[in-house]
Amino acid sequence: MSAAPETISAGSARFTRYFIYGALIILAVVYLLPLYVMLSTSFKSLDEIRGGDMLALPTDPSIAAWVKAWGEACIGVSCVGIKGYFWNSIKMVVPAVIISTLLGALNGYVLTKWRFPGHKIVFGMMLFACFIPFQAVLIPMARLLGLMGLSNSTTGLVMVHVIYGLGFTTLFFRNYYEAFPDELVKAAMIDGAGFFRIFWRILLPSSGPIIVVTVIYQFTNIWNDFLFGVSFSSGEASPMTVALNNLVSSSTGVKEYNVDMAAAVFAALPTLFVYVVAGRYFVRGLMAGAVKG
Amino acid sequence: MTTIEPMPVITPERPRKSLGDTLRNGLPKLVLAPSFAVILIFVYGFILWTITLSFTTSRILPVYKWGGFDAYFRLWSQPNWYVAMQNLAIFGILYIALCTAIGLFIAILMDQRIRAEGVLRPIFLYPMALSFVVTGTAWKWFLNPGLGLEHTMRNLGWESFAFDWLVNPNMAIYTVVIAGVWQASGFIMAMFLAGLRGIDGEIIKAAQIDGASTVSIYRRIIIPLLRPVFLSAFIVLAHMAIKSYDLVIALTGGGPGNATELPSTFMYSYTFNRNQMNVGSASAVMMLMGITAIIVPYLYSELREKKQ
Repeated sequence: MSAAPETISAGSARFTRYFIYGALIILAVVYLLPLYVMLSTSFKSLDEIRGGDMLALPTDPSIAAWVKAWGEACIGVSCVGIKGYFWNSIKMVVPAVIISTLLGALNGYVLTKWRFPGHKIVFGMMLFACFIPFQAVLIPMARLLGLMGLSNSTTGLVMVHVIYGLGFTTLFFRNYYEAFPDELVKAAMIDGAGFFRIFWRILLPSSGPIIVVTVIYQFTNIWNDFLFGVSFSSGEASPMTVALNNLVSSSTGVKEYNVDMAAAVFAALPTLFVYVVAGRYFVRGLMAGAVKG
Repeated sequence: MTTIEPMPVITPERPRKSLGDTLRNGLPKLVLAPSFAVILIFVYGFILWTITLSFTTSRILPVYKWGGFDAYFRLWSQPNWYVAMQNLAIFGILYIALCTAIGLFIAILMDQRIRAEGVLRPIFLYPMALSFVVTGTAWKWFLNPGLGLEHTMRNLGWESFAFDWLVNPNMAIYTVVIAGVWQASGFIMAMFLAGLRGIDGEIIKAAQIDGASTVSIYRRIIIPLLRPVFLSAFIVLAHMAIKSYDLVIALTGGGPGNATELPSTFMYSYTFNRNQMNVGSASAVMMLMGITAIIVPYLYSELREKKQ
C-alpha cells in the first residue's frame, strides 16, 4: 500500500505533512547522532574532548587517533594497534563465508530438487539449529577445539562459524530453489545431465541474488561475532570485535576516548561499507532470516 | 510440488542395478550428509553434552560424576541468577515493545509518500549493520556521565541536568534497552514497511469512500492486517533479547556490580571465570528451554502452513 489515506481539509493536510516530515527529521537526527559523535570524537585531541562539547565539531581535526588506533594502541600488553586483529577477522571471515555459502547452496539444491523421504525433518532440524543460544554449545566446543589443537586459532574460528552458519545458508538457498521450476531440472535429467551438472549449469547461473544475500548475511554476522571470538581465542589470535572490547574496557593509563572511537569505526567500516554498497540485499537477507517457511 | 526421488524400483527390463546407478541415486544424500552430520553432532550432540554437564559435579573442568539436580538447585538459589532473570524480563519486554512501537511508527510515517525515502531509510537501518560491540562502545561514550550527554546538556545551559544511568545500578539496564532499541528498531521498521507495501490498496480505498478517517483506517484495517509481521518481529526480537551478550559486555560489562547481569553473561562468567561449569551449563540449558518454547511452535506452524 503506497497510497496514503488522504485527509479531508487542506489545512489539516498541510499540518499533517509538516508533522510527518518534522517527526522523520528528528528521528533521523537521533539515529545519526551516535555515529556523528563517534566520528567527531575520533578527530579530536584529548584536551578538546575533556574541555569541549561532545556534539561540537572538532576545531582542529587530526587523524592522530586513527593512526594510533591502527598501529600503536595498547591491547592487553602489546602496543601494536588493532591492525593485526583486523586482519585476523578478514582471515576468519573470507573462508568461513565461502565455505558456508557453497555448502548451503548444495544443501538447498538437494532439499528441493532431490527430495527423499524425511527431507522435511532434516530441514526442520537444520532450521532449529539457526536459533539455538550458542551458550548451549559453548563448553563442548571449547573442549573439542582444545582436543583438536585448534583453540586460539583462526582455523578453529572458521570451523565454528561454518558449522553454526550452515543452518542459515541452507535456509536461504532452500527457500530460493523452492521457487525454481522443477520442469527445467527434469528436462535436464531426461537429457542425461547428472547431479552436479544440473547444479552447475542450471541452478547456479540463476542464483546470483541469493548468493549476494547469503554472502552479505554471513559476512555481517561473522565479522560482528563476539561470543565465539571471546570464548575460543585470546591475545593476538582474537578477532577485531574482541580486540575492540579489550581496548575500550582496559582501565590502565589515560582513557583515550578518541582512540577508542577510531578503533570502533575501524571495526564498523567493513560491514558499513557492505551495507552502503548493497543495502537492498542486506535488508532482504535480514528479512529472509526473519520470515521463515 | 512433485518430488524427485531416487527410485529403488527394480523393473523387469533391468533386473540388476549397476554400481553406477546406486552411486548416482545416492549422490544427493551423500552431498547433504556431511552438513547434516555436522549439525547433528555440533548442535544436537553438543546440546546433549551440555545437558549432561549440568547433571555432573564439574567445576573448572568437565568431570563426569553424577551430581543429580544439584547444579539446578544451586542455580536457582543464586541471587545473581534472579538478578539476571529480572533484567532479562525488563530488557526483553521493553526491547520488544519499544522496537515494535517505534518501528511501526516510523514505518507508517515512511509510508506517507515521503519524498526523501531513499535517504531516510538507510539512516534508520544502518545501526543493524554494526557489531553490538561497536554499538556498546559508541553508547558508552555518548552516555558517559562526565563528558557525554550530561556534559552537553549542561553546556547548553541546563545546569541541573543529570544523566548517570550508566553508573547507576538501578538504571543501568535501561541504557542497554536504549542502545538495543537504537540498533534494532530500524530493522523492525523495514519489516513493517514491507508489510505495509504488501497491503492491497483497494481495501484502503473502499474504506476511504465509506468515509473512514485516516486514524481509524490504520487502527481498524491496516494494523490488524499486519498481524504476521507483528509475529515475525516478536520472534526475531525475543530471540535476540535472550541471546544478547555482546551489547551488555561492551556497554556496561554486566555492571555496575551485577546490575546488568543477563542469563548470557551469567552463563559465561560462571563457566569460564568462576569455575562452576555445572551451574553454567544449567543456566545454558535454561536459556535453551526459553528459546525452544518460543521458536519451536513458530517453526512448526510455519512449516505446516507451507504444506497446505
